[in-house]
Amino acid sequence: MEQFLQQVASGLANGAIYACVALALVMIYVSTDHINFAQGEMAMFSTYISWQLMSWGISFWIAFILAVVLSFILGVVIERVILRPLHNAPVLSIVVVFIGLLAIFNSVAGAIWSYLIKEYPSPFPKSSFGIAGVIGPHQLGVVLVTLIVLGLLFAFFRYTPLGLAMRAAAQNPQMARLVGVRVDWMLALGWGLAAAVGAVAGIMVAHIVYLDPNMMAGILLYAFAGALVGGIGNPGGAVLGGFIVGVLENMVAFAGNQIEKTTGIYIIGNGEKLTVALIIVIFVLTVRPAGIFGRVVVKRV
Amino acid sequence: MAALLEVKGLKAFYGQTQSLYDVGFEIETGGITTLLGANGAGKTTTLRAICNMVRREGLIRFDGKDIKNMPTEEVVRLRIAHVPEGRGTFTTLTVDENLRIAAYTRRDKAAVNRELERVFSYFPRLQERIQQQAGTLSGGEQQMLAIARALMLGPRLMLLDEPSFGLAPLIVVEIFRILRRINEEEKVSILLVEQNAALALDLADHAYVLETGHVVMSGPSAVVKNDENIRKSYLGY
Repeated sequence: MEQFLQQVASGLANGAIYACVALALVMIYVSTDHINFAQGEMAMFSTYISWQLMSWGISFWIAFILAVVLSFILGVVIERVILRPLHNAPVLSIVVVFIGLLAIFNSVAGAIWSYLIKEYPSPFPKSSFGIAGVIGPHQLGVVLVTLIVLGLLFAFFRYTPLGLAMRAAAQNPQMARLVGVRVDWMLALGWGLAAAVGAVAGIMVAHIVYLDPNMMAGILLYAFAGALVGGIGNPGGAVLGGFIVGVLENMVAFAGNQIEKTTGIYIIGNGEKLTVALIIVIFVLTVRPAGIFGRVVVKRV
Repeated sequence: MAALLEVKGLKAFYGQTQSLYDVGFEIETGGITTLLGANGAGKTTTLRAICNMVRREGLIRFDGKDIKNMPTEEVVRLRIAHVPEGRGTFTTLTVDENLRIAAYTRRDKAAVNRELERVFSYFPRLQERIQQQAGTLSGGEQQMLAIARALMLGPRLMLLDEPSFGLAPLIVVEIFRILRRINEEEKVSILLVEQNAALALDLADHAYVLETGHVVMSGPSAVVKNDENIRKSYLGY
């Protein structure tokens, strides 16, 4: 039983990371209809920035905030400089740009900080944090931090005029222009926010997966699975989907371990977690392409 | 009276296709002007051209100022409110959010609240539906919301694209009655595009008739209404 709770708890912690990255993907998807394949590498780059700041003697949380703010600016700049001229480009050109960005971030990070795997500290106190035997201090911290960030984002989109303008721009860009919303800037802002949320995810997960230029590759897949499960066009659904995928992958591994223990037959275990995520992606795309919480969008032609 | 909006030699293009050739008209401050014509005559395109939503050439002057090079979102800041064809609302946002986003460009919160009260006095039904998603409103209510949204801008000029489209006759009469009140009480000038020529000519004081991107006739509504040729050829009744 205790083992089961532990697995759920660590699933929630992983799920929180997937939820953040899934939300970042969805934020760009709803306003542009594109999946930013470079989202994970951007988050990895942000994590390196925070690591660099810490190695210069800046404390964890200050480095965290600075890295998130820098990521936001970087996201805005990428949209304005690289994607702005491509607004009317065919989808494939944009996909190529995303893959290019992915490769660029990966190799630039490797060039600056080397491909050697680095340890990354946890900011959460070992004692007095977490619940013994159920959830570790870092896991609990990750869940709390991501919930706070997701809550802030929700409040921003729900209650502020700027958040409303961003939603309006995503829903109907032409109408948004007609009420005076500067839609191009809203897109750039969306990129900034997505990069910032990705940075939070990267910084939170780095203690678990260690810091290296390829750290986000698997996580992006899990996040994509989460976003698909929840409905790629639905931010709330994507967040929930992220948590679902996080818990589900642990449950599958847990069930596999239990079976092996009782029957001695190995069917599935920790090694197949990523496979499970990919099966989820294919399953959802086949059975319910719009996701659990997604709506089918019918386009009139 | 000075012209609020002056359009001269307006040409407009969709890609390679030219859809306006030589459109010119003036709207007087406080007046209601209507653009009439058959399908494809260029009425909607003319409205879209004013707001810089299509590629165009020619002179467009609002309140004496050349607005030809202004992007759509800046044109809106001159308080030109465009109600596009087919329910200009944000369907996934609530009625409340639709009205608040409409006042996005305005910083004077007190004025916005006054505007909101006035909007509800015109459209009490919107107040009952304030938390409902715009997409779940009836067609008539969505059109009312679209007009209410335009009012929230505190407009000097309202561009209305087929407000009667797809609505029950009773609702249309109600909407046109409200448009007249808006014009008289708020001193909002109106440029109205309509398929329903009889209705439009009753409301408007001036009319321009378009045919395949050209203005073929213009004058006071009463004159246009009684011109036999125009009536038969372009207005279809």
